[in-house]
Amino acid sequence: MKEPSIRRRILYDKLFKIIVVLITFCSILPMFFILFFITSKGISVISWRFLTQLPKPVGEIGGGILNAIIGTLMLVGIGMAFSVPVGILAGIFLSEGRKGKLASLTRLCVETLQGVPSIVIGIIAYIWLVVSMGSFSALSGGVALGLMMLPVIITATEQTLKLIPGSLKEASLALGVSYSRTILKVILPAGMSGIVTGILLSIARVAGETAPLLFTAFGSPFMNFNVLKPINSLPLMIFNYATSPYPEWHTLAWGASFILIILVLGLNLFTKIVTKRWKVQF
Amino acid sequence: MNHSGAEFLMLRSKTNTMRWRRPALSESSFRKILSIAGVFVLLLLVAIFFSLVIASFPSIRNFGVRFLFSSTWDPVKSEFGAFPFLLGTLATSFLALVISVVFSIPISIFLGEYSAQGSTATFIKSMIELLAGVPSVIYGFCGLFLLAPLVRMLEMKLGVAPYGVGIFTASLVLSIMIIPYSASIGREVISLVPSDLKEAALSLGATRFEVIRKVILPYAGSGIVAGILLSLGRALGETMAVTMVIGNSNFIPKGVFSPANTLASVIANEFTEATGSLYLASLIELGLVLFIVTTIINLIGKLIIRRMGVEG
Amino acid sequence: MEGTVLKIEKFSAFFGENQVLKEVSLSIPQNRITAIMGPSGCGKTTLIRCINRMHELIPDARVSGKIFLDHEDIYATDPIIVRRQIGMVFQKPNPFPMMSIYDNVIAGYNLNGIRLAKDEKDRIVEGSLRKAALWEEVKEALYRRGTFLSGGQQQRLCIARALAMGPAVLLLDEPTSALDPKATSYIEELIVQLKDTVSIILVTHNMAQAARVSDFAAFVYLGELVEFGPSGSMFTAPKDKRTEAYLTGKFG
Repeated sequence: MKEPSIRRRILYDKLFKIIVVLITFCSILPMFFILFFITSKGISVISWRFLTQLPKPVGEIGGGILNAIIGTLMLVGIGMAFSVPVGILAGIFLSEGRKGKLASLTRLCVETLQGVPSIVIGIIAYIWLVVSMGSFSALSGGVALGLMMLPVIITATEQTLKLIPGSLKEASLALGVSYSRTILKVILPAGMSGIVTGILLSIARVAGETAPLLFTAFGSPFMNFNVLKPINSLPLMIFNYATSPYPEWHTLAWGASFILIILVLGLNLFTKIVTKRWKVQF
Repeated sequence: MNHSGAEFLMLRSKTNTMRWRRPALSESSFRKILSIAGVFVLLLLVAIFFSLVIASFPSIRNFGVRFLFSSTWDPVKSEFGAFPFLLGTLATSFLALVISVVFSIPISIFLGEYSAQGSTATFIKSMIELLAGVPSVIYGFCGLFLLAPLVRMLEMKLGVAPYGVGIFTASLVLSIMIIPYSASIGREVISLVPSDLKEAALSLGATRFEVIRKVILPYAGSGIVAGILLSLGRALGETMAVTMVIGNSNFIPKGVFSPANTLASVIANEFTEATGSLYLASLIELGLVLFIVTTIINLIGKLIIRRMGVEG
Repeated sequence: MEGTVLKIEKFSAFFGENQVLKEVSLSIPQNRITAIMGPSGCGKTTLIRCINRMHELIPDARVSGKIFLDHEDIYATDPIIVRRQIGMVFQKPNPFPMMSIYDNVIAGYNLNGIRLAKDEKDRIVEGSLRKAALWEEVKEALYRRGTFLSGGQQQRLCIARALAMGPAVLLLDEPTSALDPKATSYIEELIVQLKDTVSIILVTHNMAQAARVSDFAAFVYLGELVEFGPSGSMFTAPKDKRTEAYLTGKFG
């Protein structure tokens, strides 16, 4: 003899699971929609000319995104130039001085920096560099991106080095190797795969950023290799074209979006796969 | 002494003469260099805060506290007030939060409890994480061209002004963007609930639903809240997607379908055209407010997470 | 007549408020194997780590007293120099995972930035691997990473790595406790052969091993050196009651 309430409880249980599963699977639909629409609207625009030409003025057919691609590479490169060395050193500092007061304070600052909105980073780079230099520049944009990459690299370095067993450090020190050489020549190489992953992730994070570049790199229709002048980037170009009133530019923006999303998502997937392969056995 | 002994004595004398060569960098110097890197990060954050304060000073001095409550944003008259943007930010963020929670909690339960291992779980987990990787401008682009027309149709059905863009559209786009943040933290805290608690409840005859409701969620509750806080922090600072679909209006929004602006979007829209130091200072002050609010919310969230022992 | 390679005089060690070694005085004979035994926590590992100054890795470690290596006060020298003359092999084999076998052996030189000609390096590598009884097994695979080696082979690699520096003293901290019996006996034979080349201090909690391998033995209990003497007499007729109690298994 079953009590009716047990049947009801079992019903609720089954219902709940169905709802949970349904909602979960629904939530991955947006991803598919985005990929589908960008691909369908963007892929027809992709051509060799698209990738290797400069943008044309409104009204002229064609035009490409070469300066945006080069710009993105340059900006990321500038960002890496300052965030990678500082980030790795700070990461080593945090993993070596785990309990110290300075270390805890620094860790707090890293977490805070990670959460700063990208537009505020843009304001900072504006105040520090654009105002003092008197013009928009690739340098200020690169610094803004670097500021956003820094916390990711620091955290990845610290987490990686924390996992390295202390026996490695002991083995090196017992051979009479100095502390600095032990860190730089034994510990750091052992953690290199994790650190590189962190760097790749930070690149994936900033390659798609627009807000910090709006008033630093500013954008430009020209090709520019001069660090002190404004420069274009893929996300900036997408923003400018997408919000313009010209349908031809909208089409170009879909093409650029396709390239950007492949780049960013590709980097993300790549790091996920590679992380598993590179794990060093101790 | 035998041959090998002599050879080793030779080696010994070689390492002995190295006595006079100093090692690369002494330990204390190297540690000092490392701590300089740490101090640099510290100074960076301090410099960021002070730069914002100093640059907003003309606006702070001019308007004082009423900056936060004034709803006039008039560059012509040099009258600036942050209230419309505070409203816009809060409205979009909270609406986005409510919508995203409807999805992220079930995801957390699914990945943390029902299907913690296996290829389905990995697939879903990866797809959700990819959502976080899509650049903001692409969300905005898709929102503008795909979602806004649909919202426009909805607005026409409802008899509201058919802008298509506005708080509602922005909240929708934002909600999708912040799902991964609360979902991943929620999943972690749920999976950390000790299995002996769950087994105790199950052995007393509870259904899985009841175990989730009465054991798992209460236990993981504060962690889930922390994850939600973190996604709120993300929502508050989000710029590009919101800028592209919120309609760019500097007036107090009348309803959920009105166009508006958030703190971030008005900065994005007007910064390059700001003439006059007061205008610029006011925009920067908006940035300062944004900085403070997001920092506080993020730190509270991280504090709760650390208390629960989860790796952020 | 035996020479003394290491002289320990009234040596004490403190971790914070805790005194771990109490005025230990000991003379380690040259080219012999000296076993240091005692129950866990007695301070034997601390003692050898003080000999190559590895205890300094622990933040609030303090020492008093003197240790002389060949009449030089090792606490008056740069610890890095000390560690090049006193090698150490650890309980769990720890070859550098990122390096090949060849590079592991020569690591002491490479990491220190000491430049050697290629043939000199080859000589050192082969010599050390032969001394560690590993050469025949790895000579075809010198440039592969050492991680495919068995536990016993990895430990011999660590011994070769330490020997390559030409140390005067080799400290072995329970070198076989992580190894299977076959590897253990292999390494015990190796240790006996090595005493012509280096003076060996062997920390072990395995009394039978100490009896098999060592020439001299020291018994440490609660941070004090209780007894020291030739192994033969110490194991059969210990002078101190505490030594006797330990040897007969009354405490661990």
